[in-house]
Amino acid sequence: MNRFTFNKAGNIADAFSSQQQSDFSKFIAGGTNLLDLMKENVERPDHLTDINALPFQEIGMNEDGGLRLGALVTNADTAYHPEVEKRYPLISHAILAGASPQLRNKATNGGNLLQRTRCYYFYDTALPCNKRKPGSGCGALQGFNRIHAIFGTSDHCIATHPSDFCVALAALGARVNVTGPSGERTIEFEDFHRLPEDTPEKDTNLHPGELVTSIDLPEYGFHENYKYLKIRDRASYAFALVSVAAGLKINDGKIEDVRIALGGVAHKPWRNKEAENMLKGTTPEKSAFEQAADLILKDARGFGHNDFKIILAKRAIVKTLSEALNS
Amino acid sequence: MQDNPIGKPLSRVDGPLKVTGEAKYAAEYHFPGMVYGYIVSSKIAKGKIQFIDTAKAMEAEGVIAIYSHENVPKLARLDLSYKDHDAPLSGKPFRPFYTDKILFSQQPVALVIAETFEQARYAASLVQIRYLVAKHTTNFEENLGNSHKPSLNRFPIKSRGKKADKIISEGDVRLDTEYLHMYEHHNPMEMHATTVQYHDDGSLTVYDKTQGVLNSRNYLADVFKLSKKKIRVLSPFVGGAFGSGLRPQYQAFMAVMAALQLKRPVKVSLTRQQMFSFGHRPATHQRLTLGASPNAQLKAIKHVAIAETSQLEDYTENVVNWSGTLYQCNNVETNYRLVPLDIYTPLDMRAPGGATGVHALECAMDELAYKLNIDPLELRLINYAERFQDGDIPFSSKELKECYRQGAEKFGWSRRNPEPRSMKDDNQLVGWGMATGIWEAFHVPVRAHVKLSIDGKLSVSTATSDFGTGTYTIMTQTAAQLMGLPVTDVEAKLGDTNLAWAPLSGGSFTAGSVTSAIKAACDGLKKKLLKLAKKASNSPFKKLKPEQAEFNDGYMYVTGNPEIRIKLTDILQSEKTNTLEAKAFSLPNVLKQRKYARYTHSAVFVEVKVDEDLGTVHVSRVVSAVAAGKILNPKTAHSQIIGGLVWGIGMALHEDSVMDNQFGRFVNHNLAEYHIPVNADIPEMDVIFVNEHDDIVNPMGVKGLGEIGVVGTAAAVANAIFHATGKRVKKLPITLDTLL
Repeated sequence: MNRFTFNKAGNIADAFSSQQQSDFSKFIAGGTNLLDLMKENVERPDHLTDINALPFQEIGMNEDGGLRLGALVTNADTAYHPEVEKRYPLISHAILAGASPQLRNKATNGGNLLQRTRCYYFYDTALPCNKRKPGSGCGALQGFNRIHAIFGTSDHCIATHPSDFCVALAALGARVNVTGPSGERTIEFEDFHRLPEDTPEKDTNLHPGELVTSIDLPEYGFHENYKYLKIRDRASYAFALVSVAAGLKINDGKIEDVRIALGGVAHKPWRNKEAENMLKGTTPEKSAFEQAADLILKDARGFGHNDFKIILAKRAIVKTLSEALNS
Repeated sequence: MQDNPIGKPLSRVDGPLKVTGEAKYAAEYHFPGMVYGYIVSSKIAKGKIQFIDTAKAMEAEGVIAIYSHENVPKLARLDLSYKDHDAPLSGKPFRPFYTDKILFSQQPVALVIAETFEQARYAASLVQIRYLVAKHTTNFEENLGNSHKPSLNRFPIKSRGKKADKIISEGDVRLDTEYLHMYEHHNPMEMHATTVQYHDDGSLTVYDKTQGVLNSRNYLADVFKLSKKKIRVLSPFVGGAFGSGLRPQYQAFMAVMAALQLKRPVKVSLTRQQMFSFGHRPATHQRLTLGASPNAQLKAIKHVAIAETSQLEDYTENVVNWSGTLYQCNNVETNYRLVPLDIYTPLDMRAPGGATGVHALECAMDELAYKLNIDPLELRLINYAERFQDGDIPFSSKELKECYRQGAEKFGWSRRNPEPRSMKDDNQLVGWGMATGIWEAFHVPVRAHVKLSIDGKLSVSTATSDFGTGTYTIMTQTAAQLMGLPVTDVEAKLGDTNLAWAPLSGGSFTAGSVTSAIKAACDGLKKKLLKLAKKASNSPFKKLKPEQAEFNDGYMYVTGNPEIRIKLTDILQSEKTNTLEAKAFSLPNVLKQRKYARYTHSAVFVEVKVDEDLGTVHVSRVVSAVAAGKILNPKTAHSQIIGGLVWGIGMALHEDSVMDNQFGRFVNHNLAEYHIPVNADIPEMDVIFVNEHDDIVNPMGVKGLGEIGVVGTAAAVANAIFHATGKRVKKLPITLDTLL
């Protein structure tokens, strides 16, 4: 861990000005990921700005009938919030499938979006990693890539995004509100995280100095037919090998709307709108789900140890949709 | 009359200290002027250090010194000085900072000493090292062909009769199979750490994480050429060890070296990542051939293991000999070979060799049962070994049949449909599997002291170790019962080189050996008390023989005549002494023991539920029936066994140190990615202790429980998975991708 300075920001202007004093400063909220990375010399900020006092602490209704999740609300408070449990149970289930109670009590919603990959090679400074040290190479490509991506990979990086929460947010089609030195803007969830391409060091499309303030959930939360399925190597406290967030809106025996997002398979939560569109208007049944799964996995590519994710994801999609239908 | 403490479920006597944080572990001692060390680990697996640039690190705030092979003080020259009590018989032990050569990834290459831990850690990140990289050999599976016979084997292999190929004929049922498990690393909760207090006279007090304070003391004395009298090692509390504390680890070397150089107290602790830099359960490949006549009698067993070791030492363990012990079979052929790799020397890990060798044997027996079309338990009963066949001698005791019977009954084994994939629960496949466990009941020499004080308190002490095993508690119970005192009046002391000599604690031999030594010491104290009681002119004990004296409630009685009694403290009073001591050196009765084979046994029954779509396995029930002689404390004994069962489940489904052969490095070196079972993976577990009386194994009749819980458990899980799915996965751990 390198030496760093620290200040607590009392307001947003404070936060921005203290960040601008250095090129290597970072915001810190729950710190559940950042501190680990600092201890392993993966992140080496020279200044930390504590943003826990900033006014992003609420969960409340939006004018459009959706729900706004403050960036500084903890994952636990979000998962157990009555409105979230009632209208967006997919969110609750996804959050509670991740980490441990202690971590969820500390980790914030904004931080969850910004957590970094758990790729072994990213975490070990003795090994090459283009995400940690651009140009050093990708250790996972020819290495032990059991936990790695099967979609949207590049020759530079095959890491996955580790969040469960984000998979549910992608499925629901959330929006991320951010603020920065040059003002506020809203980012569609699918545009928030990036694919690695040739800049794997960039996880998101946030501009330098920008801060997540809240996440907006759309009015409809697929609370009737939903399922979050997480498949991992032990029953708790492990990242997803594959996870699926699915929501179905059934009208008159037909699928009116459907959402399928996958975790553990790409550098960002993975959604395939073509497959969702294919299902719309059809009768919800296993064969249709299988067709959709085939379509989603059509472009998947394994790297050896993670080849099994292709078949596993297919089965997981079918199972999740079936269970969502019967939920 | 008070209850007999032995056999009672007494809670750990050190429990309150542990849960209130009063129990101090090696890294929790603080002394004025203490400085902190942080170890820099090699990034490469093989090669040479060309250049170490410490200039930037030395300039960092708080840095006092940086050590490496370039400036290490003069140390012992001979390999012999580095051979600790648990060092492999052949080879050259690793010497920290000995040369510029890199022998394994994460080899310690520098030690930064600073005023605070944080300063040391930061400065360590500034140490620049240039390596000359050489080609490393770390791929175990690719190098199976490069094996050699161990130059010296701790457990010489045993064969008897004829070779399997000569015996198994056409009418017989023959099974050829192979099993593989990769590396597992010790990950006790407490990382290895050493705190050294430097005294003005040059002597040292060392708080070390170890399973044997005398081993640490002797090693440090030899390496640093100090008189043994000048080093006191203490290890009163150990946060789990499981074998990792059997050899002094390199942080002990570092802390002592720095303390001697700086003449100050020094603390050095390993990081979790560095816990993956030393001893581990070796990857092992096993081939078995079993031949049985059509009536299911074993005719021949062939068991060949190839295990990994380092380039430094030939680490050996007993993987294959179990195959000649567990079942009645006239023709047993074994072999055991080693593949040296550019990694650190393996190290005993809970049930070394047994956990892995019995796994392969017990999975093979399950395979054979299916080939013979008989119940797996039936196959084991048909081939039950009534005698120890290497030497044709009886077992000192063997209640394995009772383990099978009681375990099967509790589990409901008779309701099992043997057909794979036949049992279901909702959408899940249900599997029932079983396996046998076996471990040797060793008895080792131990010295023990007991001391009675005028206030009626008894202290019982020996330099043994309690690394979570419950040694404090059983020492207390044993001494309390033998001296007829309440357990609250007995204080057990251990983990200190100033105490009576005891060997390393491991191999499940501590409980039986230490309590036998305590028995001998208590016998001595009783004799002394009687002798003193006889001195009074009107003593009613004048003609009493020692075996006629009984001790209870703080009194000495005449057997059969409890009216005649004297308070123990009154004996001390009349003698005008504040304390009375007795010392004993308890040695195994080799002449008696050699006529018997001495083993602990178990039968493990496991239920799994498998989601066939996703390949996920959940262990839903476990029954383990154990025959381990006398059970001193059913509560701590139960904890030992369920701990072993959890290990077995982890071995079957989770634990796996992943070697990336590109870099010769274990890449999942943290507890987030090196998976051990979490609570949600573990069901309720039934443990049965079968009655077993044994006069041979040691004077207390105790066989030990540290290892037996893990032996056979992974096999029972694997066999249950086969029963559930029809898939025989022969590589551990059995991860979900292998079942898709």
